[in-house]
Amino acid sequence: MKMFSGKIIVNVLMLGLLAGCVQDRVVLLPNADGSRSAVVLKTAAGEQVLDQPYEAASISQAGKIAASRETAESVQSRYGQTLSAQPKRPASYMIYFSSGNNEISAESAVAIEQMKADMKSRSAPQITVIGHTDRVGTVEANDALSLKRAQLMRDMLLAGGISEAQIEVSGSGEREPLVSTDDEVDEPVNRRVEINVR
Amino acid sequence: MWVIKLVVLLLVSGAVYAGDDAGLIKNASGMATILRGDGQIPAGVGAHVQVSDVVKTGANSSVGITLNDGTLLSAGPDSTLVINKFVFDSTAHTGELDVSLKKGTLAVVSGKLAKTSPRAVIFRTPTTLLGVRGTEFVLETAGE
Repeated sequence: MKMFSGKIIVNVLMLGLLAGCVQDRVVLLPNADGSRSAVVLKTAAGEQVLDQPYEAASISQAGKIAASRETAESVQSRYGQTLSAQPKRPASYMIYFSSGNNEISAESAVAIEQMKADMKSRSAPQITVIGHTDRVGTVEANDALSLKRAQLMRDMLLAGGISEAQIEVSGSGEREPLVSTDDEVDEPVNRRVEINVR
Repeated sequence: MWVIKLVVLLLVSGAVYAGDDAGLIKNASGMATILRGDGQIPAGVGAHVQVSDVVKTGANSSVGITLNDGTLLSAGPDSTLVINKFVFDSTAHTGELDVSLKKGTLAVVSGKLAKTSPRAVIFRTPTTLLGVRGTEFVLETAGE
C-alpha cells in the first residue's frame, strides 16, 4: 500500500513537471462543414499529424511533442475568448446570366438581395466579385471573359448602392468549375459570377 | 555576371513587400494595436492589416481578422501575431501565407490559399512549424 501511494505521488510530480515545460499547444477543431482536415506539426524533435477533431499536441521548449485529446468543453473554457473574436465566415452567392444577353435570372436577383442583407449583418463588409466560365475557348480568353462578366456585375452593384471601396473584381476563367468537364464542353452551370462576401 | 543573376532572382522571388494589403480587422475588443514600421495604429474594426504588420492584444482583449483569401484569424488576450507573408493572386487564387504567433492564442479557419496552395500556408510558434490541410485549429504559445 505504501509503495502504491508512493508511485502515485511520483506520477503526479512527473505530470506537474511535464505541464511546467509545455511551451506550445495545438488543437485541431472540427471543420464547420464537416469535411475532413489535418494539421502537420514539425519541431526540432519530430513531426506529428493531427487529423481527428479535438486531437491535440503539447510541445516542449525542446520541441518534444506529446499527443493529447481535448473536448468541445475544454476548448471553449481555454480558448472561448479567442474563438468569440473570430470574424463571420465568408459566404458565396452565385449569379447566372441568361444566355445571349446580360440580364440576370429571377433566382439570381433573389440571391443578390440575400447577399445585400448578408453584407448588412457584417462588420466592415467587403465583397469580391469573381467571374467564372466553362471550358469552351482558351484559358486566356476565358480569363478575359470572366473578368468582363465580373465587371458587369460590379457596375450593377455600384448602381444598387454598394460603395466602390467595398468591391474587388477578379476573373478566375475556367479554373474553378462547379461541375468538372472535359475541355471545350459547354456547361451553363459553370458560366457564373460568384459574389464572395466577407 | 552571376551576381546580377542572383540580384534578379532575389528581386523576382522577393515579390512580397511590407505594406501589401493582407486583410481587414472585423472584430476588436479591449486594447488591440497594429505595429507597423516604427509606428503604431489602433487595431479597430475596419483597419487594414498589411504584410509585416505585428498585431498585439492586451489583457482581456481580442481581435478578429479576415485575410483577403478568406482566412479567418482571431487572437485572444495578451497575444502577438506577425503577418510574415501574404500573397494572393486574385485570378488563380494561389499564393503564400506565413503567420507567426509569438505569444498568446490564435484560432484559425483556413481560406482559399490552403485549398489551392496548401504547401505555401505556414503557421509558426517559437517551437513549431505548422502546415494546414483545409483546417480549423487553435494555437497557443507561452512566448519565446
